[in-house]
Amino acid sequence: MPKLVSHPDEVKIVSRRFGQGAAEIDTYLKLDGYKAVRTAIEQGSEWIINEMKASNLRGRGGAGFPTGLKWSFVPKQSAKPKYVIVNGDESEPGTCKDHLIFLHDPHTIIEGTIIAGLAIGAKMGFIYLRGEYRYLQIIMQKAVDDAYARGFLGKNFFGSGQDFEIVVQSGAGAYEVGEESALMESLEGKRGVPRIKPPFPAVVGLYGGPTVINNAETIATVPHVIAMGGAAFAAVGSERNGGTRLFGVSGHVERPGVYEMPMGYNLKKLIYEVAGGVRGGRALKAVVPGGSSTPVLLPEEIDIGLDFDQVGKAGSMMGSAGVVVLDETTCMVEFALRTIQFYQHESCGWCIPCREGTDWLKKSMTRFHAGYGEAKDIDNIRYLAENMLGRTFCPLGDAAAMPMISFIKKFRKEFEDHLNGRPCPFAQPAEVAAL
Amino acid sequence: MADVTITVDGKTLTAPAGALLIDVCRKAGIEIPAFCYYPGLSLQAACRMCLVRQEKVGKLQTACTTQVAEGQVFFTDTDEIHQARKAMLELLLGNHPLDCPVCDAGGECELQDMTFKYGAGTSLYTEAKNHREEQQWSPAVFYDRPRCILCYRCIRVCGEGMDEWALGIQFRGSKAVIAPNQGDHLDCSQCGMCIDICPVGALTSGSYRYKTRPWEMKHVATVCAHCADGCKVTLGVRASSDGATIQRADNRDKSGLNGDFLCGKGRFGFDFVHSDQRLTTPLIRKNGKLEPATWEEALRTAATRLKEIRAQQGGASIGVLGSTHTTNEENYLLQKFARTVLGTNHIDHARSADYATFAATLAGQPDRTAGLADLAEAPAVLLIGGNPTEEHPLLAWTLRTGVRHHVTRLYIANEKPIKLDRQATLTARIAAQPLAVLHDATSEFGKAIASEESLLVLIDGAYTGTALAEILRWGLARPGVRFALVGQQANARGAFAMGLTPDLLPGAVTLDAPEAFREYGPISAKPGKSATEQLAAAAAGELGALLIVGANPAAQPGFNTESLAKPFLVVADLFRTETAELADVVLPAASLYEKSGTITNTYGDIQLVRKAAEIAGVKSDFEIIVRLADAMGADLKKLVPFGKGTHADLGQSRGAEAGEADRHAVWLAAHHLEPKLSPLDPLATLDEIERLVPGYALDRLQLFAGNAQHAEAAPKAGFVPLAALTAPSPAPHGGLFDAGTLGRFSPNLAALAEHQQQEEKAL
Repeated sequence: MPKLVSHPDEVKIVSRRFGQGAAEIDTYLKLDGYKAVRTAIEQGSEWIINEMKASNLRGRGGAGFPTGLKWSFVPKQSAKPKYVIVNGDESEPGTCKDHLIFLHDPHTIIEGTIIAGLAIGAKMGFIYLRGEYRYLQIIMQKAVDDAYARGFLGKNFFGSGQDFEIVVQSGAGAYEVGEESALMESLEGKRGVPRIKPPFPAVVGLYGGPTVINNAETIATVPHVIAMGGAAFAAVGSERNGGTRLFGVSGHVERPGVYEMPMGYNLKKLIYEVAGGVRGGRALKAVVPGGSSTPVLLPEEIDIGLDFDQVGKAGSMMGSAGVVVLDETTCMVEFALRTIQFYQHESCGWCIPCREGTDWLKKSMTRFHAGYGEAKDIDNIRYLAENMLGRTFCPLGDAAAMPMISFIKKFRKEFEDHLNGRPCPFAQPAEVAAL
Repeated sequence: MADVTITVDGKTLTAPAGALLIDVCRKAGIEIPAFCYYPGLSLQAACRMCLVRQEKVGKLQTACTTQVAEGQVFFTDTDEIHQARKAMLELLLGNHPLDCPVCDAGGECELQDMTFKYGAGTSLYTEAKNHREEQQWSPAVFYDRPRCILCYRCIRVCGEGMDEWALGIQFRGSKAVIAPNQGDHLDCSQCGMCIDICPVGALTSGSYRYKTRPWEMKHVATVCAHCADGCKVTLGVRASSDGATIQRADNRDKSGLNGDFLCGKGRFGFDFVHSDQRLTTPLIRKNGKLEPATWEEALRTAATRLKEIRAQQGGASIGVLGSTHTTNEENYLLQKFARTVLGTNHIDHARSADYATFAATLAGQPDRTAGLADLAEAPAVLLIGGNPTEEHPLLAWTLRTGVRHHVTRLYIANEKPIKLDRQATLTARIAAQPLAVLHDATSEFGKAIASEESLLVLIDGAYTGTALAEILRWGLARPGVRFALVGQQANARGAFAMGLTPDLLPGAVTLDAPEAFREYGPISAKPGKSATEQLAAAAAGELGALLIVGANPAAQPGFNTESLAKPFLVVADLFRTETAELADVVLPAASLYEKSGTITNTYGDIQLVRKAAEIAGVKSDFEIIVRLADAMGADLKKLVPFGKGTHADLGQSRGAEAGEADRHAVWLAAHHLEPKLSPLDPLATLDEIERLVPGYALDRLQLFAGNAQHAEAAPKAGFVPLAALTAPSPAPHGGLFDAGTLGRFSPNLAALAEHQQQEEKAL
């Protein structure tokens, strides 16, 4: 089990049971588990949705859509069954938060799923874990089995007179399936390719039924919102950004790890105080604030509050809150290459701009980084990325294009330094690179 | 849906709410390019070519998925949109091999067209293109991944359109490929729709690839020679040393009854025309052996003997068997020749359905029959018997499309399960007599049928005589029921309608009241012998001569070859068939693809047939009959009313190549003004058919424009067909590639049949 980090500035809501063995159902119950769901059963659908709206909880997957609003879109009457899906396909490079929830607190996922089901009138929930999380699937499945054994799931759960089933499903290893409609295709046993929207999942989702699909962290937050009350949760965060978030700080910092900070917490403070600053006292070169798809920030741009609105104002996105810190020894051209390699590998191939665009970006960047670039390549790469942006079928194309554009915009000089057969100025000796 | 008003590029357009923007724009003449959008198939939004700017919306929107709503404002012709299109093409061409000079699609490629219009001439990329080796999936289908733009049209037409689901996507991202169901090859019906629908040269046809360039061919729109559905087909024809060779068949302009559909048989089975078994020289039996002869010699021999026999034994000693593959004009001429020149009513053809009972029962009720166009819009269809997927591919396609688009509810009553059951709302198993199921008001099936206000009933040709009449009467007893009879072979219905029958004149006019045909002069009112009776009479030595045009009775199981040994036998056919082997004179005939005229499909839709191919040495059946009559000393002006058109224009203003509309010729023909200078012009006989045959008064302009016209079953009520004739001759019910009479001479179809047999063995 990975070592847990901590900092006094943290406000532990979602992570409050981490490291306390809450994967065991009895421990979970001792730590106030399955209390919120009983409240939810008593109060009913309308109350739950109102609390969720009041909480200002916004989707933790990256888009930041208000959760209560999303739930309220589900029609009350439906000829087809309604579903709740937990999106645990956490695949964005730099992001490692859901992983900890599944590891330390799987029952809170179950509890959140049931509450979501109560809110929209669903009788079935699916917990979809990314393909690489097989070991977490075992933990999650055991938690579900234990919940069934206690009567917390299944027919007449908690004696509520209602039924609720949960199925744990593994993905097959595709980043693309993190997109909600692609996940539903995958869950239905099809190729993981996104669907045309509209219709949105709240109206036509899994198997054609109205579906609420939320990120695992969002779902794990739900029981705490119900327990604290929506207004109290909202008060923890910043304006229109309720509560806390799990920030995965990685890269060149002294104390990388997942920290739960209130929304709006200062990014600079997060890096320099919470995460202990840049490793070895080196100078900061760049920060990727919300997972690899978000535009990079320069050191002078990081004195901002971490919530959806403020990061957006700074020209980037809060995304999945995977903060990647890069120090002065980093070659930004290589970082760009590594980023586009990922998106080229993960493009599902459905639409032309993403399929062809990521492929050519990777090819061009590979050549460029190897020292065979020409001056016009820099503009060509930017042209290519700009012509993908906003034109692809799903956000994966944007996720590939946005960082590329920002790398060239903000680090053009480093690209120019790679020209004319000059070796990479940041190249490490072969024996170091091999480490 | 209520109409809404939107604005596109400043133009105000009105369209039903919810219509797709791409359709609305295209209808209004505003071009929205697209690769993956294909009308009638599911939406993909994958090619991103149709991006447009919507006012007050952040991102560009795909026109193929945008449903129009009141007050929307769109821009499709701005620099931003042009740049988006150009960028998309640059991306597509990045990995495209640009081998247009050797690509089959070169010259008719959507990627080429769009690149010319929106694309950039230079590439930004210097890296190597992704490459994969070309694959052969079947004798018919080849796949070249580098050319593929992954628009998924092939996958959709295969699955949604054909219900085959034989294609899919394999791998991901730039490595994605279209993959066949058997890993490295295809196990499917080999319809070739995937090749046809491919906007580029990624899927190519085994029979066409690398043969020619599209601009080197004439493209002749005609009607398929195979089954009785009558698909429009465009034959690509190229000049060759011995005439003109058909290079491919498709429905190039997607017009007519079949729209974009063509089955494997129509698409690949055209090459029976160029089979090395084609007869190109007349044969005369000398010393017991068939020896090559000149046309003059062969016609003289046939005419002389026929004249002698007519003089010595009377016309009633001559029998005539016609064909279900010849044109209406030829069939009409053959019966006129038999009745007025030979002087016999012994005329028949091989029947695949009981059109006589159909006509007799529905006579005088034109609103009770349905053509294929009606079928496409029918809210409810009841299929009784048969297996359209194998025997009537267009019918099956039309039914699947209707069901998929929520237009049609399909009910199937059949003796055994068929593939179309998958599209059916309800199915019922029936024994030989289907009426019990229809009358059973307690069953779910019977109730559903009874509740349909408008019902189109398709009856398989296997139901004949009283069985057929009972079904028809059941339907006639309630309003809103229409019928179609589903027979086999291209012009089976035309053969009946044109009077290749011993008891009925053309248009089902009875022999005892032949007023319409008074100008024929006196003809016997006594019905002649049916095909079976003629063959029996021949065996008994009661027939002096037998003229068989395009029929092959000797191929029927259990046929006694001795029965054709006695009479003088003249056979006109494409091939040296079992019957031709027994003949005294064999005349090499032209196929349906080598002549002009009209044919009638089994639903009564009349369409124009145009000459495409040319084979040196053969003559059309029309010409054969006229020349035979001429050699017998008949008055050709009486047989074919030629020379009655205008003489004002002898063609000076012509000059249009085939494939273009020769507008002047069309105008003349449409107004019955073509010169028709020769007795060999079938249009002269078409004039007579239109004038004399009830139910065949056609709109010429529609006909020449390539549109089908629906003929009534029979215009005049009150006749009883001969009981002996209501039972059809054995008609082959079989698979797509083994049923029918022409397919067995097609090397392409033979290769596909062999491929399918191997697949079955592999299973």
